[in-house]
Amino acid sequence: MRFLLDDEQREFARSLDGMLTAADTPGAARAWAAGDTTPGRALWGRLADAGVFALAVPERHDGLGPLPVELAVAFTELGRHAVPGPLVETVAAAAFLDRLDDAAASARLPQIASGKVLVSLCVPEAGSPYALDADTADAVLVVEGDTVRLADTAGPVQPSADPARRLARPLGGAVLAQGPAVTAAAAHACEVAALVTAAQSLGLGRALLERTVEYVKQRTQFGVAIGSFQAVKHRLADTLIALEFAQPLLHSAALALAEGADHAAAEVAAAKVTAGEAAYAAARTALQLHGAVGYTEELDLALWIRKARPLRDAWGTPAACRARVLAS
Amino acid sequence: MDLDFSAAEDAFRAEARAWLTAHVPDTPLPSLETEEGFAAHREWEGTLSADRWSVVSWPEEYGGRGASLLKWLIFEEEYFAAGAPGRVSQNGINLLAPTLFEHGTDEQRARVLPSMASGEVIWAQAWSEPESGSDLASLRSTAERTDGGWLLRGQKTWSSRAAFADRAFGLFRSDPGAAKPHQGLTYLMFPLDADGVTVRPIGRLDGKPAFAELFLDDVFVPDEDVIGAPGQGWRVAMSTAGNERGLTLRSPGRFTAAAERLTRLWRETADPSDTALRDRVADAVIGARAYRLFSYGGVSRVAAGGSIGAESSLNKVFWSELDIALHETALDLLGPYGELSDGAADAPAHGGWAEGHTFSLAGPVYAGTNEIQRDIIAERLLGLPKGRR
Ligand SMILES: Cc1cc2nc3c(=O)[nH]c(=O)nc-3n(C[C@H](O)[C@H](O)[C@H](O)COP(=O)(O)OP(=O)(O)OC[C@H]3O[C@@H](n4cnc5c(N)ncnc54)[C@H](O)[C@@H]3O)c2cc1C
Repeated sequence: MRFLLDDEQREFARSLDGMLTAADTPGAARAWAAGDTTPGRALWGRLADAGVFALAVPERHDGLGPLPVELAVAFTELGRHAVPGPLVETVAAAAFLDRLDDAAASARLPQIASGKVLVSLCVPEAGSPYALDADTADAVLVVEGDTVRLADTAGPVQPSADPARRLARPLGGAVLAQGPAVTAAAAHACEVAALVTAAQSLGLGRALLERTVEYVKQRTQFGVAIGSFQAVKHRLADTLIALEFAQPLLHSAALALAEGADHAAAEVAAAKVTAGEAAYAAARTALQLHGAVGYTEELDLALWIRKARPLRDAWGTPAACRARVLAS
Repeated sequence: MDLDFSAAEDAFRAEARAWLTAHVPDTPLPSLETEEGFAAHREWEGTLSADRWSVVSWPEEYGGRGASLLKWLIFEEEYFAAGAPGRVSQNGINLLAPTLFEHGTDEQRARVLPSMASGEVIWAQAWSEPESGSDLASLRSTAERTDGGWLLRGQKTWSSRAAFADRAFGLFRSDPGAAKPHQGLTYLMFPLDADGVTVRPIGRLDGKPAFAELFLDDVFVPDEDVIGAPGQGWRVAMSTAGNERGLTLRSPGRFTAAAERLTRLWRETADPSDTALRDRVADAVIGARAYRLFSYGGVSRVAAGGSIGAESSLNKVFWSELDIALHETALDLLGPYGELSDGAADAPAHGGWAEGHTFSLAGPVYAGTNEIQRDIIAERLLGLPKGRR
């Protein structure tokens, strides 16, 4: 037993962190929200070069995976940097196609691994009728019951509380496959989606905490740093506690998924609800401790604050996840 | 002790309800945090005041009805129940007006209050500064004596809707040599379109442009626009700040109405076996009821000659947390639809929940942060020793 990331996994996280820090990721997120996906697409290409999407694709389709633990590590960094786009959906679509059949997989998985295509995936029965970024994705998969369609129109984009999330109900499209294999593949894809969403939440929460800790050391009121007030300290300490206890649930869920364990679904659900709630609480704390400047869109902090609640509810609301924990 | 209303109070409620039924716009106005919405709301203030419903508790000479505080609460309940628009004149009515009633001159009251009641002049609060938030007394903007008045210099920030408002009121340091930070401050009113005023809008978390920073460069203010005695600004401001966090900023009607909408949403959308969610809806309903009754207690105390002091901090913490709980519960009921902005085609009809949720998160920050309110509660109401500050 050694429940720790190994050196290689830690180095992978560090290199993604360094790359995303250097790449003006907040600028790409703001552009994405304003409808300009060019910088986001460029970032996507660099993530692909770093191997992020290949982690979801098996070797026989030019990937490196599937490697759920490494995916969790990568998505924690993507969340930490608020990278925009259908990241979760693309990775989940890869998991879906891989389980569906070999023809569908060989047609698309190599392109997913290389970062050439962005895919959106929508499984209304898993929670949301909306496909994220369907208007910019290169392909939109919609699973209803035992049928999967390749949608041909995105449908009108509806604004989300997080402007970088573009929601649409995809329309029409040809049936790609039908039958029990679709249902099984979709169930697996939803688990992968929930896992990486949980990882994104964890990273988001950590970024919110780091930035807030920095801020309360700088900002002075009553002649002292506000970080010296006990009310402020305790709130930040509670934020750290929640995030620290979400992380082992996330890593254990990734392991369970990697092993194909029966209890994987329940573990993923536990990680999802815990990381989602911790990140949302971190967002509330960040807003509160920044005071009024936390309630503006001028600081990059806004990018993280606005993402926290939608991520908490995407790919399994807390209520749905709790039910799943008890169902197993 | 009783909770019955008099016949006169019942009649007042009925009159208010009938008027609101006849006048509340059928479709919601655009957000008052936008230029377009600001103008639409200004017009609504005019409609309200034409029949003297904009400031029911003010004396008749200034456009009110001379109604008791209890009647004001009743009016507010009816107002929110009717789904009437938010009040764009709220800063003036809740903060400046009580200050003028207590510290202003007859001339100031006659000059300022009627146009405030009618929405003709909309006021912004210019208290906060970039370096002075919770520690307001550390403010650095100055008022320097000049012929017949004062020259204002410095910078104010987070002034709600100052991007669109007409005039502002705020505190300025008039005696830089005073021994303590809250001495030597003067409370003044000034026009936002005066020479030397630059207004820069700041985008809010909800994407609305409604905050503003004010840069003041030798802005002339005549003596008649000083409220209270020069140098006494802190006392003047603090004697009425309780209004903001206490009763008047957030009357219970708002939460009673929101709890009602939440209950409707729950009936229409919830899975009845989800008892955890049911319990949270119930808690919100109970919270709104507690807030309403607590307010009746406060109003009764004032009617009996008492005043609302540090207890207003209890109100502030309670309503701001209740507001977040109400909105979070609604978002959980809405599931994937909760993230949709209110402009979205699929956004829930009797909604406003997404935008309301974002705004509710600011409640524990403005009107004195909840950390500061809890300190006040602990020190002034529980008598605990003062902390290091
Ligand atoms: C929606 C909104 C509308 C507003 N409208 C107006 C307006 O119209 N006019 C106006 O003048 N201002 C307005 N404000 C500003 C508001 O009054 C300030 O945000 C508030 O006073 C807090 O100041 P700050 O933002 O500088 O935060 P800071 O004072 O910097 O506080 C940051 C954090 O430190 C904590 N903290 C500070 N001191 C202590 C302490 N002693 N003990 C424990 N914790 C402490 C705070 O509680 C907070 O969590 C508005 C703010 C918001 C969010």
